[in-house]
Amino acid sequence: MAAFNKPATDMPKQSPEERVNNFNEVAQGYTKELALQEADRCLQCKNPQCRKGCPVNIDIPAFIALIKEEKFIESAKKIKEFNALPAICGRVCPQENQCQKFCIVGIRGEPIEIGRLERFVADAERNAGVETPEMLEPSGHKVAIVGAGPAGLTVAAELKKKGHHIEMFEALHVAGGVLMYGIPQFRLPKEIVQAEVNYVKQLGVEIHLDSMVGKLYTVQELFEQGFEAVFIGSGAGLPRFLNLPGENLSGIYSANEFLIRTNLMKAYRFPEYDTPIKIGKNVAVIGGGNVAMDSARCSLRLGAENVHIIYRRGKNELPARHEEVENAEEEGVIFTLLNNPVRFHGDGRGNVKEIELIRMELGEPDDSGRRRPEPIPNTEWRIPIDTVIIAIGQSPNPIIQQTTEGLESTRWGTIITDEETMKTTLDAVYAGGDVVSGAATVISAMGAGKIAANSIDEYLQKK
Amino acid sequence: MFKIVSKKELTPNVKYFEVHAPAIAHKSKPGQFVIVRAKETGERLPITIAGSDPEKGTVDIYFAEVGKSSTELGMLEEGESILNFAGPLGNSVKIENYGKILCVGGGVFVGAMLYQIEAFKEAGNHITAVFGFRNKDHVMLEDEVKAVADETIICTDDGSYGEEGMAIVKELLEKNKYDHVFTIGPTSLQKHLSDMTKPYGIPTMVNLFPIMVDGMGMCGACRVTVGGSTLFSCVDGPEFDGHEVDFDELIMRMRVYNPQEKIAMVVKKMEDEQ
Ligand SMILES: Cc1cc2nc3c(=O)[nH]c(=O)nc-3n(C[C@H](O)[C@H](O)[C@H](O)COP(=O)(O)OP(=O)(O)OC[C@H]3O[C@@H](n4cnc5c(N)ncnc54)[C@H](O)[C@@H]3O)c2cc1C
Ligand SMILES: Cc1cc2nc3c(=O)[nH]c(=O)nc-3n(C[C@H](O)[C@H](O)[C@H](O)COP(=O)(O)OP(=O)(O)OC[C@H]3O[C@@H](n4cnc5c(N)ncnc54)[C@H](O)[C@@H]3O)c2cc1C
Ligand code: SF4
Ligand code: SF4
Ligand code: FES
Repeated sequence: MAAFNKPATDMPKQSPEERVNNFNEVAQGYTKELALQEADRCLQCKNPQCRKGCPVNIDIPAFIALIKEEKFIESAKKIKEFNALPAICGRVCPQENQCQKFCIVGIRGEPIEIGRLERFVADAERNAGVETPEMLEPSGHKVAIVGAGPAGLTVAAELKKKGHHIEMFEALHVAGGVLMYGIPQFRLPKEIVQAEVNYVKQLGVEIHLDSMVGKLYTVQELFEQGFEAVFIGSGAGLPRFLNLPGENLSGIYSANEFLIRTNLMKAYRFPEYDTPIKIGKNVAVIGGGNVAMDSARCSLRLGAENVHIIYRRGKNELPARHEEVENAEEEGVIFTLLNNPVRFHGDGRGNVKEIELIRMELGEPDDSGRRRPEPIPNTEWRIPIDTVIIAIGQSPNPIIQQTTEGLESTRWGTIITDEETMKTTLDAVYAGGDVVSGAATVISAMGAGKIAANSIDEYLQKK
Repeated sequence: MFKIVSKKELTPNVKYFEVHAPAIAHKSKPGQFVIVRAKETGERLPITIAGSDPEKGTVDIYFAEVGKSSTELGMLEEGESILNFAGPLGNSVKIENYGKILCVGGGVFVGAMLYQIEAFKEAGNHITAVFGFRNKDHVMLEDEVKAVADETIICTDDGSYGEEGMAIVKELLEKNKYDHVFTIGPTSLQKHLSDMTKPYGIPTMVNLFPIMVDGMGMCGACRVTVGGSTLFSCVDGPEFDGHEVDFDELIMRMRVYNPQEKIAMVVKKMEDEQ
């Protein structure tokens, strides 16, 4: 069959030389012709394996069939039956490990580019102006949602459509969570995130910004205000540090600080925007995940000359999305692999000047089956550095757990929930997303949000 | 949006706002802070809460116009609104009856110190208040503190009003036995005071204000070394044991953005002149 022979349709991108000088979106999306060409490769399987890989089980053949018929808006609506944020997931889902991994065409050829098609129809719908869907009669029930990231936004949209009164409480001055403060503009334009947030507002959800639960109101006080159930989607925003000597020298950022300044506060447009960022000529990013790639690529765009990714394992072990590693390589990021930092040296005035590394080798596999990196004795060496960005992971924000009696969490700080209902150890309190799973993905946070929304709805019906 | 109910100019560069923020007014305690953003392109500016009126639903702040963001905030007039006003953040000062306490405030932070003093008074403490300023023109809240504290001393760096410098604090420490010392003011003052009380072994609580971005534990910009461990001022503080704080590191970390702040101010001046 033709599809196995035809390669996947490429998506136009800005050239590396051009894009390292701007924060505009790198991947520019399919044109109608390219989308039709790619949709044509889908076999419309009777038993579509692709759906198995999608955490929200989108009816993929159905939405692709609608593309083939050039019914783009209907196609977007089909996706929205399963996923309220397709323009976002189409851009940032790790598709190669999810839907596309299972695509039947992928067994012998290149899988269908499901994410790119999803993005195409979502953009087409947004450009045409999104209609608000039908909603059920008001139920009279009130639900509070803490945190306006993908998990919280999903719960809000789902429960609102069922007729409940929904109010969201977000600590920051904008809604969107990591989509606003973490993932950079050139991967996920903030206008798109705000369009999705506006959709949730159009449904009639009230969003209270600048409202940190645990400080302004406790979970208990939300119940006292008349809310009958609470969903906690407060994410994993607490940055981890290395605990190495010299780590508090100036010029050493957590990835969160670096990305919050750059993306949320728009430091890349300083001094038009007031928040500054200090970037030197030589930058070291510690870590090998998506957050590290984003930090490295932001550094280049902010004017750094040499940007190293320092990771203790090898290239095949990099946890970041393949596409993002490739983009980073094209843009000139230097991969200093099989190395681990041991300390930071200052310039005598409190600024970082050098990073000291030790070379690593991969030893025996550990419990997770990955080969454990081990330092090679006496191989310490140094790189001159002006800026260090530590991207070795985030833990759940602890404030709510600390201020809510009876809400139990694991020793890693994640809130304990029942997997099937997302109910916590407290009655009428549900949780989902990164605060439960630890740092994961947008679509898994949304998947958890859907489960929680269904259980909350059931709980309210029974009341 | 948060309306400025009243505005006062207290000294050449210190402004006072009473801001309508009912939810915060109900919750806030001395020692906590708010994060303010004047407009869309603005920074997130942390400012200590200096009072609240739950009935009126208002919160008081005092701020110094030192750079671009605080100057722009100061340009807002009574009746206008602040775009973002988040809080109350951080932990509150532990209010109890310590006995005889010394409260040292400096510069713009005397407003925040007065809020603490009022609560300490209510808890039954005997309070000696020392308020320090640059010079005569910068003295503020003198009558207000005198109305609450048992003993009040005003100092100026140049001696143009009240006592000259902080020598008086040393005398006070020699002559009296204080159970606890509290301070909020310029970091150099807090360091100096902690150094002075250490030989006497008097517990000394400082209120730090390192550079912050989110103010809710997400960025680590505000990290300080206290007793050898790294803590986040916004969620673990901002109040800490002054004898355990690594002030030298803190002071160095607070200087990072100096050159860039100058750029921002120069550009702002050029724009204003156009
Ligand atoms: C730099 C970076 C790049 C990433 N790239 C990808 C990617 O390419 N693909 C992908 O799938 N995933 C990616 N992820 C992961 C993904 O963004 C997260 O898994 C997802 O956002 C989790 O959603 P959430 O709703 O659980 O939490 P979050 O998005 O973290 O949202 C939580 C929200 O709760 C708010 N909040 C926290 N505490 C409180 C409180 N006490 N009161 C009120 N509000 C509170 C926070 O301000 C925040 O807005 C990336 C993450 C980062 C940091
Ligand atoms: C918890 C906390 C509470 C605070 N409470 C108050 C308050 O009640 N009243 C008040 O006037 N200020 C307070 N500050 C300080 C205030 O936030 C800074 O003055 C403000 O950020 C300066 O912003 P700017 O853009 O106007 O000045 P910038 O242009 O950012 O800076 C001007 C000068 O101030 C220095 N500076 C920058 N940030 C800080 C900081 N965090 N602390 C001290 N100096 C700084 C810069 O190095 C520079 O020299 C507080 C800070 C924190 C962290
Ligand atoms: S949401 Fe993600 S996993 Fe699901 S179909 Fe879309 S791109 Fe694939
Ligand atoms: S498995 Fe692949 S070819 Fe089959 S329906 Fe899904 S996307 Fe189309
Ligand atoms: S200001 Fe960001 S963690 Fe404290």
